[in-house]
Amino acid sequence: MSRVLVGVKRVIDYAVKIRVKPDKSGVVTDGVKHSMNPFDEIAVEEAVRMKEKKLASEVIAVSCGPAQSQETLRTALAMGADRAIHVEVAGAEYETMQPIHVAKILAKLSKDEKADIVIVGKQAIDDDSNQTAQMTAALLDWPQGTFASKVEKTDAGLTVTREIDGGLETIKTKVPVVISADLRLNEPRYATLPNIMKAKKKPLKKLTAKDLGVDLAPRIKVINVEDPPKAKKKPLKKLTAKDLGVDLAPRIKVISVEDPPVRQAGSIVPDVDTLVAKLKEGGHV
Amino acid sequence: QSTLVLAEHNNEGLLPVTQNALSAAKKIGGDISVLVAGTKCGPAAEQISKASGVSKILVAESDVFKGFTAETLAPLILATQKQFSFTHILAPATAFGKAILPRVAAKLDVSPITDIIGVKDANTFVRTIYAGNAILTLEAKDPIKVVTVRGTAFPPEPLEGGSAAVEKAPEGDYKTDLVEWVSQELTKSDRPELTSAKNIVSGGRGLKSGDNFKLLYDLADKLNAAVGASRAAVDAGFVPNDLQIGQTGKIVAPNLYIAVGISGAIQHLAGMKDSKTIVAINKDPEAPIFQVADYGLVADLFKAVPELTSKL
Repeated sequence: MSRVLVGVKRVIDYAVKIRVKPDKSGVVTDGVKHSMNPFDEIAVEEAVRMKEKKLASEVIAVSCGPAQSQETLRTALAMGADRAIHVEVAGAEYETMQPIHVAKILAKLSKDEKADIVIVGKQAIDDDSNQTAQMTAALLDWPQGTFASKVEKTDAGLTVTREIDGGLETIKTKVPVVISADLRLNEPRYATLPNIMKAKKKPLKKLTAKDLGVDLAPRIKVINVEDPPKAKKKPLKKLTAKDLGVDLAPRIKVISVEDPPVRQAGSIVPDVDTLVAKLKEGGHV
Repeated sequence: QSTLVLAEHNNEGLLPVTQNALSAAKKIGGDISVLVAGTKCGPAAEQISKASGVSKILVAESDVFKGFTAETLAPLILATQKQFSFTHILAPATAFGKAILPRVAAKLDVSPITDIIGVKDANTFVRTIYAGNAILTLEAKDPIKVVTVRGTAFPPEPLEGGSAAVEKAPEGDYKTDLVEWVSQELTKSDRPELTSAKNIVSGGRGLKSGDNFKLLYDLADKLNAAVGASRAAVDAGFVPNDLQIGQTGKIVAPNLYIAVGISGAIQHLAGMKDSKTIVAINKDPEAPIFQVADYGLVADLFKAVPELTSKL
């Protein structure tokens, strides 16, 4: 049976509207709701299912980051991981931590913990890098099952269905292996209250990158972080139905046609004919 | 300064996104080589050799590259790097490039840079973070830059005007028993490819079923458009995953993007908001998609789309 190491990252919650800091050094994280990276939830779910199917003997959750990363680890434990390892990285080191550093930590821990399968989310929704699984596999000289939408145990190893640009691809990998979870691998469970309570008692070990011999020297320098260009500030012409010569006479229960109260850009067209006219005007058709 | 561009192709021909990656390489400047690896990739090598400003095409042909697995291509790229000592290694930011280049970078002890949308200079790159809600400009401090390139952010380099020398890539034992490529199920379509299409019609949860996507296919036929989808539509099983547009799907920037029954979550907007003209059809006037749309039509898509199709 396999021992599974699963990487989880604490990120700004996917529903939070991102604000860039005025000094352009990064985005505002203080006082902002954080959660487990959604792809890592899928990774945890897959690892826990492997244990439930008796394909895995133990699930170890790992997170690299500041003290609050332990909250994310507790979520993983509440979902069914057996124990957790927190590799504390804080302050300036955390600001410049890149997937290569995380991959080195995961590779070292995989050896120390004698893991056979490493599962991580295919990307974190903060830096959108999509690198950690591939780099961990490279450092260990293990095969990689990236962007997995299905993982099945076969005699010789695993059969992995991968989401690729043109459709799906099937590969067979040996074990040990690194898997990266894509969106459709599974539907992660919610941690129930009893399991959240139980998770508080599960073992959580604290380490530093130094303990693992991983150098966190910065590989990049942030020049600046800016808001995306307001690309959609196109000439905004407010149209009324009258301008377009459309008779809206019966004014009962207005639900559809009128503008929503505040809108940054664009205009609402009253009907398909106007839309067709606009598309023709724009040379689209 | 010299750059190696990893070509993406299907043996019979080059994929257009390679031309976009080449254009990023030109922006970086310096000598450019292109690596074409596959089972029988002569035609693809031939095509890229016609691009101007490329000094050599390195070709590696072997059955071991079947399925373009990262486990076989990474060692080939590393052997090529060892021989030529490039300062930059580039690939398209596709499922292909994203699977392979980080594996190469880890072996070189380099922090890769994913999905760049701009080149400031040879060491300074621009990329999006947080689903496109912030733009990061960074300086790469590693001596070798390993970079994947967002195709829609760079114009395609034409395949004409050049005649690069075609050479053999370094030979070696690239065979692996770590992984075995089994099969591919590619979605067959006569329509233009999503990431290079001039027009796109895209559907969301509002379509209610996979069968109803027929409405969009009919409209797409009128516009010679590709058909895409939101994550919600893919997760609901209406259409296959390769149609997904957004933060974790494909990034597109067509001339015309028609979003039908898509509410416009930020993760979806991240994949399409650079489109030149955006049309949204949705019955919910509060849908966020209207905030980025040039033309919004608040209507029942089941009436509006057939009407639009018939009037075009």
